[in-house]
Amino acid sequence: MSNAVVEIVRASSKSKDNEDDEPVVVARAVYEHPFIVRLCHWLNTVSLFVMVGSGLQIFRAFPSFGAKIPQKDLLHWPRAFAIGGWLGGGLQWHLTFMWIYIGTGILYLGYQIFSGNYRQVLFTRRDIPGVWPMVKHYFFFGPKPPVHEAYNPLQKQAYTTAIILGVLSVVTGFAVWKPVQFSWLAWMMGGFHYARIWHFAVMWAILFFVLGHLVMVILHGWNNFFSMLTGWKKDPEYVTAVDPTPKGEVEGEDDRAAPEGAP
Amino acid sequence: MKKDDRKIDDRKIDEKKFRQNSRRELLKLTPVLALGAFAIPSLQEGLLKKGLGFSDWASARLFRSGHRAPEFDNSDLTPFAKFPINGYDVDDPGVIFENWTLTVSGAVQKPGDYTLTQVQALPRYRQNTRHICVEGWDVIGRFGGARLSDFLKMVGADPTARFITVNCADDYYESLDMATALHPQTLLCYEMYEQPLTRQHGAPLRLQIPTKIGYKQAKYLTDLKVTHVLDRVGYWEDQGYSWFYGL
Repeated sequence: MSNAVVEIVRASSKSKDNEDDEPVVVARAVYEHPFIVRLCHWLNTVSLFVMVGSGLQIFRAFPSFGAKIPQKDLLHWPRAFAIGGWLGGGLQWHLTFMWIYIGTGILYLGYQIFSGNYRQVLFTRRDIPGVWPMVKHYFFFGPKPPVHEAYNPLQKQAYTTAIILGVLSVVTGFAVWKPVQFSWLAWMMGGFHYARIWHFAVMWAILFFVLGHLVMVILHGWNNFFSMLTGWKKDPEYVTAVDPTPKGEVEGEDDRAAPEGAP
Repeated sequence: MKKDDRKIDDRKIDEKKFRQNSRRELLKLTPVLALGAFAIPSLQEGLLKKGLGFSDWASARLFRSGHRAPEFDNSDLTPFAKFPINGYDVDDPGVIFENWTLTVSGAVQKPGDYTLTQVQALPRYRQNTRHICVEGWDVIGRFGGARLSDFLKMVGADPTARFITVNCADDYYESLDMATALHPQTLLCYEMYEQPLTRQHGAPLRLQIPTKIGYKQAKYLTDLKVTHVLDRVGYWEDQGYSWFYGL
């Protein structure tokens, strides 16, 4: 089980009043994010950035979802916030990074399924009752519900949705790229014309998730952020909540001092 | 129950070792930095060309000779007046119809100049198909013409040749893979909406290929060559667009 708790210990020194030679537990840590998950997360950060930027460049060539004649533009996306410089450049980036995006997605899904790690993120029926209390807590100043695992029900819901959106971005993308070879896909979406709209809509949904994700990452601080780099989360809430350290008070102070001295 | 699990799995690790381990776990992510190669100006163009080439390779694999592009009812047609006219240069290169021929060369048994009447003598096919521009807009049009495959048979094209290249009256040029050229919906088009092709839409003869993006469907054809080796690919391809761009 990857979510085993590890106690980080410091060898007891004589300056400290430790009568027994037991090392002092300075923090607890949980290996929350396996290597493949972290790798995919950061590969995806890059490729998603490129896919959105180049996709918006492609959109700039015909920023409309109506007819060509007469053309009614939906919005004029600034060139400065697009990748590739022109339509051909945008297509080059898009058609190159889509393979990295897809490859990362396959690696991630494959790993999650075969390792069983999907249980950590997958939103299931038993998470449903926990969603509303989390929403109340985040948005309406409700009390914080107790934390039992790495992700709370609302997080699971968000991450599961993000994964589904990722799959949809590829599926709608293939309908736009290959509306003849995958004509059944395009047909399911209402034809090429609507597939293009779906592809665009899915992008905004993903960007909405990314925005929320970034806000939460900033609110939760470095310890949480580093866990996606090293895999380790120090003193996650659910550990202390489930199994508090008996000699809590002294060590509690040490815990807080540790991260500052760490780098 | 969970509590018990944790207790069994509890491990102790020295602070220093934990830091070492964290660092090692962080360094494992360095492969991600390889993507930074795309930010290096001298490498960027080559990498993107490779990426686009891979997409073209995949496109050619995904292409199925027997798979037809969707066809539509007459009621789905975009009105002719709303069918966009897109050229790279001029809308009407001023072809003199009386003198016009299609010059056929390359790996064919019967090279030479072919008249429009000869093309029109081949069985005519009409199809309502979607025309998709690389820019993103799409229209459904009614096109009529001879199958390119019938024409290639007529001129005795080498079936092992790999490509078709075309030149146009406006200096536009394009090329096709043989599989697409032989596709039943690939037309030498001389008709739109059951009317003779207008000058702006590529009269007297254009390519109409429902399995390809718009810029592959060259207008105002003047030359057609069957070849084993591509000497040049296409006007937009030379600007950086995809060569295969199959839909």
